[in-house]
Amino acid sequence: MFWNSLVLALNAIRRNLLRSFLTVLGIIIGVAAVITMVTIGRGATQSVSDQISAMGTNQLIVRPGQRRGSGSNTPNFKQKDVDLIQNQVTGIAGVAPYSTVSANVIAQAKNYTTLITGTTNDFFTVGNWELQSGRKFQYGELKSGKASCILGTTVKNKLFAEQNPVGSRVRIKQFTCEVIGVLKPKGQSTWGTDQDDTVVMPLKTVHRRLLGSSDIARIAVKVEDNNNITNSQKKITELLRESRRISENMENDFRVLDMRQIIKTLTGTTRVLTMLLGAVAAVSLLVGGIGIMNIMLVSVTERTKEIGIRLAIGALEKHVLMQFLIESVVLSSIGGILGLILATGLSIFGASLMGVPFLFDLRINIVAFLFSASIGILFGFVPARRAAQLNPIDALRHE
Amino acid sequence: MPLIQFKNITKTYGTGENPFPALKGLNLTIDEGEFLALMGPSGSGKSTTMNIAACLDTVTSGTYLFQNVAVDKLNTHQRTLLRRNFLGFIFQGFNLLPRSSALENVELPLIYRGDNKQQRRSAAHQALEKVGLSDWKDHNPNELSGGQQQRVAIARAIVTSPKILLADEPTGNLDSQTSLEIMSLLTSLNRDSGVTIIMVTHEKEMAGYASRVVQFLDGQIRN
Repeated sequence: MFWNSLVLALNAIRRNLLRSFLTVLGIIIGVAAVITMVTIGRGATQSVSDQISAMGTNQLIVRPGQRRGSGSNTPNFKQKDVDLIQNQVTGIAGVAPYSTVSANVIAQAKNYTTLITGTTNDFFTVGNWELQSGRKFQYGELKSGKASCILGTTVKNKLFAEQNPVGSRVRIKQFTCEVIGVLKPKGQSTWGTDQDDTVVMPLKTVHRRLLGSSDIARIAVKVEDNNNITNSQKKITELLRESRRISENMENDFRVLDMRQIIKTLTGTTRVLTMLLGAVAAVSLLVGGIGIMNIMLVSVTERTKEIGIRLAIGALEKHVLMQFLIESVVLSSIGGILGLILATGLSIFGASLMGVPFLFDLRINIVAFLFSASIGILFGFVPARRAAQLNPIDALRHE
Repeated sequence: MPLIQFKNITKTYGTGENPFPALKGLNLTIDEGEFLALMGPSGSGKSTTMNIAACLDTVTSGTYLFQNVAVDKLNTHQRTLLRRNFLGFIFQGFNLLPRSSALENVELPLIYRGDNKQQRRSAAHQALEKVGLSDWKDHNPNELSGGQQQRVAIARAIVTSPKILLADEPTGNLDSQTSLEIMSLLTSLNRDSGVTIIMVTHEKEMAGYASRVVQFLDGQIRN
């Protein structure tokens, strides 16, 4: 009986290609829309969280002044503040003092203005930087303030294109500087600045040759344990108050920023976006489902007469049911599979268009497939069952 | 031995305040090999009689015997088997599957009966030959004339070699010339293959082909 029903079902599909195609199309759209939406959404979320973790989440940044931009009239930090944090605060992975200055860098008859960062090797630990080629600073270079520099990829690309710059020299203002390494690219920071647009040099070199003072503008601190951040923040604040001789009733003239707080704001935004995408996906799944229902219901109504004919000439109820069930399963599966393929294509295309990673999400693929397929089967089967239970006379009279 | 016996059958449609009595105590016996025409105005009970004979409808009271078997005692499944093995149907509106060829339409009852492909093919070819449509077997119903479609329907009805052919106004949708062709086809099937035919018709001319005419009025036989 199954074999006969299969033949009958496949014949019915073949005989009404347009109806079959519309059914399949409904499922394809339902499946593809949801999967594409969710996959791209996940890619976007992933790229944001990648950027955030690239910056380092367990970071504290110490800066002078209370509010953004008001740091000019408050004193910068000195080396002794750095040492103090280094020696007195426990559970710290790295302390990176840094000062930045904008300067024009010249190499191979090309010039490019970028941000020079004077710092120590801790800078790489704290900021999760890795080297693409070359090496970090040697102790002697840091100590003596040697003119060595490590280029960010943006600077490297502007000045050296595809060449390996390690070993060559660049000119910055009045001195030349040996390139000892290139940073691995990190891309845009979460707030849209190009993190690779920089040249890293020993702090002392920048102090002596570019700034002419030994003031330290920022101190970045990496805390070993995420749970320890608030404690470290407190401890650093106490130490600096003491070192900067701030009396008890006076406000801090510096801030210890917790990157987590900044990140929390940013991830909050991303989360809202993800939820929005999820809602849109759910709606398209629903719309796809309703499309499937429509076509199935219309075609079964249209086929009630056919069911009547089959029953009158000797088909048992189960014959008719089996045939419609097989039809629904076949159409829904074909639609589901085509939908998965289309979704993968669209996701890859969309992801590359938006510059987010393509993340294949098995779960949403399965959910979308099963949802659409079961709607297809349910709405192909249930009305057919109703029709099969009709008195054949009534089914035959159905117009 | 009578093939079919209606014994004091009543059939009432609807319940509650407005029941409609379609049959009010019908007694009718049909022998094997008869060609019976049921006539009468609309609502006189002839179609109800057909549906009961076809095991498609149940009686309210009375007994319907098919080859001495009380059909009312059978379940839906058994009635379907009875229909499949002993009855053939011809409808006013042909009721062919629109997107299937003549051959596929004729084969359909055999598929449900479980015949294999070869049996189906040869039986379907024979039936189409009997109705003179061998050359049209690959055409879909919409490529056939009304008369041809009704002949495909007849082929589908006789392909299972039924004992009874039930024809519900088989010429109702056809012009007079084609009607005559269909009637002579039915007559020859009755004469040559000995199949019993019960036909509902409105037209006296068509009833003239039958061996016996039964007139219905208000749910009873008028004699």
